[in-house]
Amino acid sequence: MKKFMAVAIAGLGLAMTATVATAQAPATLAQVKSRGILNCGSNTGLAGFGVPDAQGNWQGLDVDYCRAISAAIFNDPTKVKFIPLSAKDRFTALQSGEVDVLVRNSTWTMSRDTALGLLFTGVNYYDGQGFMVRKKLGVTSALQLSGASVCTQQGTTTELNLADFFRANNLKYEVVAFASSDETVKAYDAGRCDAFTTDASGLYAERLKLTAPDDHMVLPEIISKEPLGPATRNTDAQWFNLVKWVHFAMLNAEELGVTKANVDEMLKSSNPEIKRLLGTEGKFGEAIGLTPDWAYRIVKQVGNYGESFEKNVGQGSLLKIARGQNGLWTKGGLQYAPPVR
Amino acid sequence: MTTIPTEPVQPGKASLLYDPKIRGYVYQLALLAVVGFLIYSAASNAIENLRAQKIASGFGFWHNAAGFDVNQKLIPFSASGSTYGQAFWVGLLNTLLVASIGIVLATFLGFFVGVARLSSNWILAKIAMVYVEVIRNLPLLLQLFFWYNAVLKPLPNPRQSIELPAGILLNNRGLYLPDPQLEPGGSLIVLTFLLGLVGAITFRYWARKQQEATGKQYPVGWIALGLVVVLPFFVYLLMGRPITFIYPELAGFNLRGGIQIFPEFVALLVGLTTYTAAFIAEVVRAGILAVSKGQSEAAHALGLRPGATLKLVVIPQAMRVIIPPLTSNYLNLTKNSSLAVAIGYPDLVQVFTGTVLNQTGQAVEVVAITMAVYLTISLVTSLFMNIYNKRMALVER
Repeated sequence: MKKFMAVAIAGLGLAMTATVATAQAPATLAQVKSRGILNCGSNTGLAGFGVPDAQGNWQGLDVDYCRAISAAIFNDPTKVKFIPLSAKDRFTALQSGEVDVLVRNSTWTMSRDTALGLLFTGVNYYDGQGFMVRKKLGVTSALQLSGASVCTQQGTTTELNLADFFRANNLKYEVVAFASSDETVKAYDAGRCDAFTTDASGLYAERLKLTAPDDHMVLPEIISKEPLGPATRNTDAQWFNLVKWVHFAMLNAEELGVTKANVDEMLKSSNPEIKRLLGTEGKFGEAIGLTPDWAYRIVKQVGNYGESFEKNVGQGSLLKIARGQNGLWTKGGLQYAPPVR
Repeated sequence: MTTIPTEPVQPGKASLLYDPKIRGYVYQLALLAVVGFLIYSAASNAIENLRAQKIASGFGFWHNAAGFDVNQKLIPFSASGSTYGQAFWVGLLNTLLVASIGIVLATFLGFFVGVARLSSNWILAKIAMVYVEVIRNLPLLLQLFFWYNAVLKPLPNPRQSIELPAGILLNNRGLYLPDPQLEPGGSLIVLTFLLGLVGAITFRYWARKQQEATGKQYPVGWIALGLVVVLPFFVYLLMGRPITFIYPELAGFNLRGGIQIFPEFVALLVGLTTYTAAFIAEVVRAGILAVSKGQSEAAHALGLRPGATLKLVVIPQAMRVIIPPLTSNYLNLTKNSSLAVAIGYPDLVQVFTGTVLNQTGQAVEVVAITMAVYLTISLVTSLFMNIYNKRMALVER
């Protein structure tokens, strides 16, 4: 009986600690600093956005974002642990604290911004949903897809837009939803579906995985707005600001003509905007828990937004996606950063 | 140890403390309170944390519009009007469908393979052995991928469907069966069939009682066949063939009309059935070997043929050994059906714990509901198998 009492008391003790554990968790930045590494929720493998190369190094636009955060915090872009997450697991992983930030081509929507306890920090890629079909089907428009089977990844806005599009146009279709993007592409490749749908950038990236990429074409219709961006938990305003301003720093650098190559020269610039950005004037970095040269580190070690874009999804990559909506606002695009001041 | 009472102890305050029964109750109550408190604190802890992280909680999402589609469904479901709650039922019914058909098929296949492994036919026994050893030792998930790709890859696209007899078409979108339509008078055939089925069961029961009482045997199989198949067929002819079929036809990208059996369903069903059957075969073999050899020797000495010996003497006695592990295999099959998520069959886990969880973000509630459902299915299965076990135990000796 003594043994039993011991067990019971231990149980009670456990219960007590469980109730105490609700106390405020330490700030994300402090956690990351003490851990010495940033846990970044990443795609399981999407060319141009987040995919490990032949040497196992992660590459992509979203990957560069995580590296930029790491550079700003640690002055070292390699202190990132990429945690590959499927579409349906990604938000739970962020909510539960498994990752510090989710940079995984995720669409910013109202419900995700509110009910999920997350905050999207901005848009690092403006996208829209499209369809890919086999050329031999002879289809030239998504409106001709009546009666088609469509493969998609579950747990995405894609799944919802698909239903909206066919309903709005009074077309019949059959959805085949898979948990992982690999399975979705494989099933489409095997002929299970007539069409494959995801964000347009994803279509170009996934087409490279097909057995005969040239037999497939992307239809012209873009059926939705897909503003893709990073998300953080809704409980840490400082961390939210840090992640948000990493993107703005990269955009401002591009706008001011500061590049990876010339950033050291730019330190001597007399332009007050560049001085504030690179930390030679003012201490803006300290307000987000960083050093004054935070943006200098990002540009020096990762590059500005334009450089990252061209390297990963633009002309320097296999995808060859035009800047389009993702160009700077000064060049007719939508990318616009508030000033550092 | 100083004094040993020789008389019964008088009831009093002191004895209450040392009464083992009362003490037992107190400990039980204490344990119950601890467990209850643990559950309560875990739940309130979770709710409080969700609130602190500004994550929506509660079950209000159940009535919200779903906004996505599901291709395989037993009840009407559409993106326009259906709710997350209806998506739950779609997923649950798909799980129950594949599990129940899988259990029936796995039982037949498993019994056949188990008996075959003990067969005196050397080739049959070895084939059964190889089947069991190969299937049992490969991960089920891998087998599902194999079946899904094996089912899907070699099949042609809908425009080049393979034409099977009776208007059945096969392509990589599935197997299309003609859809029977009841014309006026057609329901009479269904009624005759159902009556024939009831009649056959009643006759079988009666024939068994007769045999137990008098030893006289009746041709149960032939009479059942007549009642269930021949009689409804006569009514079908008499009524002027009132059942027509809608045949699947190529329309646009896919076939239209007919009943579509999806490749995901087939792959999952075949995978679950063959996998579980390998385990059931071993259970059956163990059960048969548990019946002492003297039993079958005695039956042979009485002049029973090998088939009758197996059916009347060995299997009934083996059943009491077979049923408890058989129940576990049924439960495993049901739980393994959640691997459907990997090959795109919309079962409960795929639809509810996949899409609904992700669209609502309410992981705690959705996972709790799903666990409760699997627990309920498993407990109900166990309950029925235990009842069946009791009945079989009574039959024995």
